[in-house]
Amino acid sequence: MTQTEVDGIVKQYGAKESAILAVLQDIQSKEKYLPKETLEYVSQRMGIPMATIFRIATFYNALSIKPRGRHKIDVCMGTACHVRGGTKILDKLERDLGISVGETTKDKRFTLESVRCVGCCSLGPVAVVDGEVFGRLTQDKMPSILKEFK
Amino acid sequence: MKIQTKSDLEKMREAGLKTLYPKTTKISVGMATCGLSTGAGKVYEAIQKEVEKGKLPIRLSQTGCIGFCQREPVVDILEQGKPRIFYQGVTPERSSELVHQWLENKVVEDLLLCKMEREDWIVDGESKDYSILKIPDGMDGTHHYHQIPFYSKQLKIALRNCGFINPDNIEEYAARGGYLSLYKALFDMKPEAIIEEVKRSGLRGRGGAGFLTGNKWESCRKAKGDRKFVLCNADEGDPGAYMDRSVLEGDPHSVIEGMIIGAYAIGAHEGFIYVRDEYPLAIQKLRIALAEAEKTGLLGDNILGSGFSFKINLFRGGGAFVCGESTALMASIEGKVGEPRAKHIHTTESGLWDEPSNLNNVETWNNVPVIISRGADWFSKIGTEGSKGTKVFSIVGKVNNTGLVEVPMGITLREIVYEVGGGIPDGKKFKAVQTGGPSGGCIPESLLDLPVDFDRLTEVGSMMGSGGMIVMDESTCMVDVAKYFMDFLKDESCGKCTSCREGTKRMHEILTDITEGRGTIDQITLLEELGWVTAEASLCQLGGTAPNPVLSTLRYFREEYEEHILHKRCPAKVCRALLQYRILPDVCTSCGRCAKVCPAEAITGKQRTKKEKGKPFKINPQKCIKCGMCFEACKFKAVEVK
Ligand SMILES: Cc1cc2nc3c(=O)[nH]c(=O)nc-3n(C[C@H](O)[C@H](O)[C@H](O)COP(=O)(O)O)c2cc1C
Repeated sequence: MTQTEVDGIVKQYGAKESAILAVLQDIQSKEKYLPKETLEYVSQRMGIPMATIFRIATFYNALSIKPRGRHKIDVCMGTACHVRGGTKILDKLERDLGISVGETTKDKRFTLESVRCVGCCSLGPVAVVDGEVFGRLTQDKMPSILKEFK
Repeated sequence: MKIQTKSDLEKMREAGLKTLYPKTTKISVGMATCGLSTGAGKVYEAIQKEVEKGKLPIRLSQTGCIGFCQREPVVDILEQGKPRIFYQGVTPERSSELVHQWLENKVVEDLLLCKMEREDWIVDGESKDYSILKIPDGMDGTHHYHQIPFYSKQLKIALRNCGFINPDNIEEYAARGGYLSLYKALFDMKPEAIIEEVKRSGLRGRGGAGFLTGNKWESCRKAKGDRKFVLCNADEGDPGAYMDRSVLEGDPHSVIEGMIIGAYAIGAHEGFIYVRDEYPLAIQKLRIALAEAEKTGLLGDNILGSGFSFKINLFRGGGAFVCGESTALMASIEGKVGEPRAKHIHTTESGLWDEPSNLNNVETWNNVPVIISRGADWFSKIGTEGSKGTKVFSIVGKVNNTGLVEVPMGITLREIVYEVGGGIPDGKKFKAVQTGGPSGGCIPESLLDLPVDFDRLTEVGSMMGSGGMIVMDESTCMVDVAKYFMDFLKDESCGKCTSCREGTKRMHEILTDITEGRGTIDQITLLEELGWVTAEASLCQLGGTAPNPVLSTLRYFREEYEEHILHKRCPAKVCRALLQYRILPDVCTSCGRCAKVCPAEAITGKQRTKKEKGKPFKINPQKCIKCGMCFEACKFKAVEVK
């Protein structure tokens, strides 16, 4: 992300302490994660110490300082999904993609994450791929869903 | 247009009535997240195409969720002089049939959910009668909305508009009585009188703790400070609860109106809505609603020409459960890490930026306009002695009808699970219902006749929380459930207090031991001790209630713990390390499906062909990873789990 782009985001929210989360979220929605160089520039631009920014970036689950793949899979780990077999869906994806939750495939196609309830509890188990919610999942439905995401 | 007078408001209402009940046929598609995830977007497109192609005299609209999420996508058709009908499980393929049949005065019978002849506008107590003159063919035997078990016990105050209005249309909100309460509050009531009304209504906060809303407002009004804040907690962190999402997606103005009334009563001019990051659609709907409210002068400077000004900022959370706690939420808005602080001084006196701040939950705010318009006497007649009004519950898990239900406080758990929820699927046996999220507990069958309200739930070791109700049957393992919650809590503990950070982690370790066959009987005592320390020595209620899932399952399901520990057996067949998969040779038809799906190549046998009979398949226990794929794949129930 260029410095001008960061400037644009900072300008939108103001260079104040309370804007930091919103700024980081906007950077992340563009870059899919928070690159270190960008954070350094944000720190300088907003006058917030790098240590503080790092603490925030690692505190919130929605933020990531690790690069992510082209597509992000979030498997819901809410209670309703859990009792209906959400863990099995996650296990299946880990096996098929050959990665553990929190990791990215070697070809950078998928990042697999889990999320604490997306609020679609009546349709569990649920997973979200790039923001699209898929409900009533079974293990054998997963390959055909992932096929759509190149 | 800026709304400045009562007649402007009436004009807005008239405009809304025109789109709510148009002269032409109107088809509305439920497009909240639950609808969209089952294909409502494609259904909408299919209907739109059909209408455009045939230049049909139909108006297409979107709406929120009418609560029966399991039956989504839900589509309703409204035409003057006919009953309104609701279709369930609509697919793009069947959309065209549904449209064309209607134009021929017929319905598609197998998709019918229910019909409606009248709708209640809860805000002003009026109702809209559809004045039925003509009934389409094929509707004999279709039940009334109020007669189907899922809806018959419901009373919708909080969900009054969800599924009935287009959430992006402020006029439709006004049509059903929206913003009239704001007018009444600003022009006919003094701030003190509003607080008095809310106090008398007995409204208690819907965010979990059940604090009396009027009392909270009063202490914030009385607190000294030049700048005061009014906040809305839309962080909805309890897994299994999603009523706030549904309200924000289907009726965002109800929350905004409640907040403006609250701000006027308290004397605040600035507000925040803290929404969780996992709810992108709710954020989008709120943005639209806030912009509309500002454009029409219902929000911003000099609201309705009353001289009162109030502004609302939208704040997106970062996906941290602890940020639902009031002091952590405020720290998060300030741009700090969302950690709670000790509450020796209440946030109503010193909250956001150390100014007096009043935080309420989405559903709490949304109840306010109804209390103002119908009055405290009306409201307090609903519910129980200590808990007034209704509560929205998300009834989910192992139950036939899943969705959002709004019922008067005091209804029994049995009524919710068996009547509204329709009982347990697949002939299985009920085991427990979990309420209160990670701070709550599991309630066993023997307590099913418990009237549900704030105090009763606490008495039995659970709590109201935000209203999640997860039904569990005999195939749910209670030790696994306790472990699940502890896993959640150890991840979500912010780490500030040692007791919470370490306590949740150690409890999780012990529960893992038990579910993996390494448990010892004295670990139960250790769990109880750890639970006590975690609760006693932690600052906020995350730690304060963290042991509840463990203690409540120990209290009601101790024998399940003992089975795991003493006999290395999981009666519900959930804890993987304790399971054995086997194929019953007498049942196996040698179709080979199990071997095909097995990811571990652990299943061998000889597949039957047209010519040969084949041999039963077998699982090699050394290779089996117990993923359950064979169990799910077998059509003959030949795979046994022990
Ligand atoms: C760990 C923790 C998480 C919480 N999460 C939420 C939440 O997601 N939504 C909510 O409204 N209240 C939540 N609360 C309760 C709030 O602290 C607060 O009591 C509530 O928002 C006040 O609003 P009310 O009086 O309208 O209920 C949480 C409390 C704790 C301790």
